[in-house]
Amino acid sequence: MTTTIENAPEPTEEATRTPVLRSLVRQLGPALRLVLVATVVLGLVYPAVVWGISRVPGLSGHAEGSVSASGSSSLIGIDPVPANPGADPWFHLRPSASAPETATAGLGPADPSTSGGSNLATTADKLAQAVAERRSVIAGREGVAPAAVPDDAVTASASGVDPDISPDYAALQVPRVARVTGLPEAQVRALVAEATDGRVLGVLGEPTVNTSELNAALLVARPGLR
Amino acid sequence: MSDTAAGLLQLLVLLVLLAAAWRPLGDWMARVYTAEGHWRVERAIYRIGRVDPDSDQRASTYALAILAFSFVGVLLVYVIQRVQGFLPLDATAGGDAKGAVDPSVAFNTAISFVTNTNWQSYVPESTMSHVSNAVALAVQNFLSAAVGMAVAVALVRGFVRSRSGRIGNAWVDIVRGTVRVLLPMATVLAVVLVACGVVMSLRTGITLTAADGSTHAAAIGPVASQEAIKELGTNGGGILNANSAHPFENPNGGTNLLEILAMLLIPVALTRTFGRMVGDLRQGVSLLAVMTILWGGMLAVIWAAEAHAPAVTGGGMEGKETRFGIPSSALFADSTTGTSTGAVNSLHDSYTAFGGGGTLLNMLFGELSPGGVGTGLYSILVIAIIAVFLAGLMVGRTPELLGKSLGRREVTCAAIVVLVMPALVLLGTGAAVVLPGTSDALTNSGPHGLSEVFYAFASAANNNGSAFGGLTVTSPFFQIALAAAMLLGRFLPILAVLALAGLLSAQPRREASAGTLRTGTPLFAGLVTATVVLVSAITFLPALALSPIAEGLVATAQIGALP
Amino acid sequence: MTSSVLTPPSGTGTPPERAHGAGRAVAAGAFRPRALLEALPLALRKFDPRVQLRNPVMFVVWVGSVVVTVAAIVDPSVFAWLVAVWLWLTVLFANLAESVAEGRGKAQADALRRTRTGTVARREDGTEVPATELRPGDRVVVEAGMTIPGDGDVVEGIATVDESAITGESAPVVRESGGDRSAVTGGTTVLSDRIVVAVTAKPGESFVDRMIALVEGAQRQKTPNEIALSILLSALTIVFLLAVVSLQPMAVYSGSPQSLVVLVALLVCLIPTTIGALLSAIGIAGMDRLVQRNVLATSGRAVEAAGDVSTLLLDKTGTITYGNRRATALHPVGVPDDELARLARLASLADGTPEGRSVVELCAERFGLPAEASADEARAEFVPFSATTRMSGVDVAGPDGTTVAVRKGAVASVLAWLDEHGAIDPADHERVRRIAEEISSRGGTPLVCGQVAGSRALLGGAIELSDVVKPGIAERFADLRAMGIRTVMVTGDNPVTARAIGDQAGVDEVLAEATPEDKLALIRREQKGGRLVAMTGDGTNDAPALAQADVGVAMNTGTTAAKEAGSMVDLDSDPTKLIGIVEVGKQLLVTRGALTTFSVANDLAKYFAILPAMFAALYPQLGLLNVMGLATPESAILSAVVFNALIIIALIPLALRGVRFRPVSSEQMLRRNLLIYGVGGVLVPFLAIPLIDLVVRLIPGIG
Repeated sequence: MTTTIENAPEPTEEATRTPVLRSLVRQLGPALRLVLVATVVLGLVYPAVVWGISRVPGLSGHAEGSVSASGSSSLIGIDPVPANPGADPWFHLRPSASAPETATAGLGPADPSTSGGSNLATTADKLAQAVAERRSVIAGREGVAPAAVPDDAVTASASGVDPDISPDYAALQVPRVARVTGLPEAQVRALVAEATDGRVLGVLGEPTVNTSELNAALLVARPGLR
Repeated sequence: MSDTAAGLLQLLVLLVLLAAAWRPLGDWMARVYTAEGHWRVERAIYRIGRVDPDSDQRASTYALAILAFSFVGVLLVYVIQRVQGFLPLDATAGGDAKGAVDPSVAFNTAISFVTNTNWQSYVPESTMSHVSNAVALAVQNFLSAAVGMAVAVALVRGFVRSRSGRIGNAWVDIVRGTVRVLLPMATVLAVVLVACGVVMSLRTGITLTAADGSTHAAAIGPVASQEAIKELGTNGGGILNANSAHPFENPNGGTNLLEILAMLLIPVALTRTFGRMVGDLRQGVSLLAVMTILWGGMLAVIWAAEAHAPAVTGGGMEGKETRFGIPSSALFADSTTGTSTGAVNSLHDSYTAFGGGGTLLNMLFGELSPGGVGTGLYSILVIAIIAVFLAGLMVGRTPELLGKSLGRREVTCAAIVVLVMPALVLLGTGAAVVLPGTSDALTNSGPHGLSEVFYAFASAANNNGSAFGGLTVTSPFFQIALAAAMLLGRFLPILAVLALAGLLSAQPRREASAGTLRTGTPLFAGLVTATVVLVSAITFLPALALSPIAEGLVATAQIGALP
Repeated sequence: MTSSVLTPPSGTGTPPERAHGAGRAVAAGAFRPRALLEALPLALRKFDPRVQLRNPVMFVVWVGSVVVTVAAIVDPSVFAWLVAVWLWLTVLFANLAESVAEGRGKAQADALRRTRTGTVARREDGTEVPATELRPGDRVVVEAGMTIPGDGDVVEGIATVDESAITGESAPVVRESGGDRSAVTGGTTVLSDRIVVAVTAKPGESFVDRMIALVEGAQRQKTPNEIALSILLSALTIVFLLAVVSLQPMAVYSGSPQSLVVLVALLVCLIPTTIGALLSAIGIAGMDRLVQRNVLATSGRAVEAAGDVSTLLLDKTGTITYGNRRATALHPVGVPDDELARLARLASLADGTPEGRSVVELCAERFGLPAEASADEARAEFVPFSATTRMSGVDVAGPDGTTVAVRKGAVASVLAWLDEHGAIDPADHERVRRIAEEISSRGGTPLVCGQVAGSRALLGGAIELSDVVKPGIAERFADLRAMGIRTVMVTGDNPVTARAIGDQAGVDEVLAEATPEDKLALIRREQKGGRLVAMTGDGTNDAPALAQADVGVAMNTGTTAAKEAGSMVDLDSDPTKLIGIVEVGKQLLVTRGALTTFSVANDLAKYFAILPAMFAALYPQLGLLNVMGLATPESAILSAVVFNALIIIALIPLALRGVRFRPVSSEQMLRRNLLIYGVGGVLVPFLAIPLIDLVVRLIPGIG
């Protein structure tokens, strides 16, 4: 890094090393002190201030994970397992990579203590098999042709705790939910519509149906579902 | 509204917001780095640090300051991770103590965060305590970004100053970048994110009840404060493993756009800062044009590839969140790889061959579209030097850029910067794939498996930090090799750039004449764009041919559709 | 600017259109294909690895050739042997390029060397010593017919000297002691008289020695831009080395390890061999182009600096205008036009001065009068100019036996003479004076012309003499301006006159009433603004400015001090040439940049040839990249290697001649060169490699 003056006698290795090292050491003092100041300001004060502001009523609910009185979070989706598999009253979420090994192709409750996806390539045989398996399971569950099952239903989300499904997948499940819960299809559709969010500001993101809200609403309509 | 139409409108919204912020933010940063006076709080910091804020440093001193600052940073981050077990908030969602971070992970992580890479060779929910995240990692999110901006500004000063040899004061640049730019912006963004639904909790876990009545422990933490700076500082390291795909970090389309905006904001506005500082705004505009063309081009590639993903593996929705779908995921993926951020809202490993290849190529361009905070600007200036050197010869003069002639030593520095990244990526990938353990570390086999390794080294050497997550990188080889790639990929270019800044600053600034190759023109922008594409293409084509290209062509042939 | 070349007085300075006309491309050096054959022995000697090591790019090819040859011996196949042969040919072609360039200087050097050998010097005391033993300060006597033994200054006497051995100019020149015409060059011959020369050069460091070394390229040092470019090329070579080295493990991982032959072939095709092979030839040829223009640069650095010049200091006289004032107009007073023309011609017929001749020429041109004297006129008595009369003319026999006196000269003198011999209308008096004043204010010189026949005086009018700007010079300056070069005219004239000429020639700035100190100050001022300055000079008092200028071109007719101070010597002593020198410098850089761009752009097509070939067995789908439809993997790789070698040979003429250079703006030039060498560089191999493949596929074992 040092600028050498042309034609100057070649300095010995010792001579060149010492000043650089010494200069480096000279910079270490300020460096350490400034990093420590930064640690206090940026590592303690900054998050504390943001946390403090997040305690403002209206913000604090979001800040703690949007957990409702029923204990569910609209932010995190956990696939409910029916007490009686033959009579499945729930709207199901997308498969999760963190679902237990025993679950069929990731169709089962995720583990929200860690998040993540499958990382399988679109060209991976393993993914093609899983998708085919999920497709046939879901098609059987809903009583539709495999081709009718939408993509989000057969693919694991990135987080593993995606609370949302596409309106298509929700619509696919309405007849079964209505049948099992005994609610009129129209009422179930209305619940779905209530749990549906359009794109933010009409253009940002995708329309979604929040399964946490939807299943919670089902529970309100039919308290005995558990 | 169709997906595509909504996606295009969303793109428009992003571009309008960026355009609106470009001028005030760019001008503000130019003032920050050229103002004479110090703020009172800054004076206090200088007093504590015992530095003279008014001394103008030579390139060597500036570089040593940056090195010392980063070295101390690495030490501190390492130590905090190792002692986190003795500090509060050290529990998993389930309430177990996380304990000290494993030495090799702590070492890799310390380097990763100080180099602005934020490569995470650990699962945050089970490894990193809230204190480590906030007090060690998030602090480096600020500081490494401030260092990047400082180096970029030092290089710009090299162009601006005449017969000086001095390039500013590293401490002042770091402090001002933090105090006047990053901290205010991060605070505002963090609050906005909280308002939009991002969590900010001091708890380590919450218990959630599913509809069926079962209870589940979910990890939670002080996300918003770190989320804001991880995007603004183009860092990318999340508190949660799924990163910005996690609903706690990125709960809806609105936060998604804010986070994308935050990544692009400073790198884009720095082009304005550059133009302002050199006294010719067109210079900045032409660099911005290059960045926009590359970023836009890769967005088109990634978006189109994902939109045509094979139905047999789920039509591209594997590894993507429902609320983002394909357009918002592609936009995020393009921006995170184009800015060296490395945060993800979808899993790049599950992208199609060409979509994932696009994110890979975005990094292989050298992180300059628009690149990381500061790093993007100095990287593109170095490429501009290479382009101007060849083009300058072609107009029959000793090449010069902004009145500084590009001679032997300047070209040597530029060549080093350009050489380091390909050397690290190619040698690292080559070494990794012949190691016997590597095939076990891969989630996918065949060309995609090669992509996973290739992506890892591209990400580390470019200080991006995103991953084809299927690669397990906990082996000593990967921990050390990737740490080396991050370290060398960060500091060798910085040293060369600062040396370059010193050389340029020492030169007299020549006036432009009709014979000078004019920069800041569309022709110049085209030339720089072509240089970026051609250089990365001819460097990486063989490796790309065996990974995404082979994967894509084979898949195309098999299913008769674009993968 | 005084030119001492003994040519007809009107012919001072070469008209610019003869040497290198306005807007014309830089003159091309001839290239004969036979030169390749002649350079072969030298090229073969360059296979020495120590020679190759000087050029990192070609050294990689050399090592690759050795590796492939060994591989071909160990595991022989037609393919391996053909690749080996073509790699060696690549090295050979690179050697040839350099040898041809060097060879062109060799003939010239040999001729120069002959001038040195066997010269004997005679000291003032009469003792004789070999020329090679002379030391600076020795004084030697040179008489008619003797060769001057070494560089030096004439300290005694005056002589005509034949400098054709050095300059190629057959007209002898005058050399005399003192003043600006005192320098003599070793190897030139004294034609008349006797001079004493004080030797100034050490043995082996004379002008001729330096010239020999330069034209042979023996002491060629890399120029700053060349070094910077070499660094970039080395960096590219390293990148490709890494790309190929890392490809093998990836190929192994993918299940298709590649043979050494194929990997080396890929590497050689990727590294910038085209520019690597031609780089030194371009440099030597650039120097050679200057030598062909009879300009000798003391270093390649100076040639490059010439390309960077942004300010040209040009002397008015000899460079911008002809050396002498010329008659440009006739202003009759009281007589018809043709009458004044008749008088003016008559008064000037016997006047051999440039001014006198220019009057005759003007009359011939405008009034169709004969340019030569008739037999009658030739008998007329010439009255020469004298300081007392301040006029000249002829006395001719009148029709009635009287003598008719025709005179032209200074206004006051001629008018007084006419008044003395007859009555002149005072009004005409006044008119002619007014005209004379007008002429003066334009920067011209007025002459008055009249006739006295017996007691009859006739006032003809005024002849306007003025500086004449050389034809084409204004366009030339406009070209320079387009290239971003400012021109400054330097003259001893007063500001009014200087401005008038400057405007006519279209210079950007005028330095009037210039002293050597003014020149030096101007150069410093320009350099302070970061501009490189070029100038010409010949006098001893020019030496400081010549030394200060970034490119100082000393006239060969100038003093030793001037020649020592300058970075170039123009053997023709033609100051106009400065403009051409700038173009040669620019052309040198353009050629390097263009061929580098071409070389790198070639790589894309080579990838499309080689990558599908390498991995076709593994991923047949990669065949999609075989857009050129090459027959087999072997033919594809071989075709790329052959193309890579042949393109060197194909570009040798371009490297030697230099890329066509036009004085246009940098933007236009860049656009043009990017289109030709950038886009062209991408496309050419896409066309050429399939053509080569058509032949290569016929080889058994390949197709």
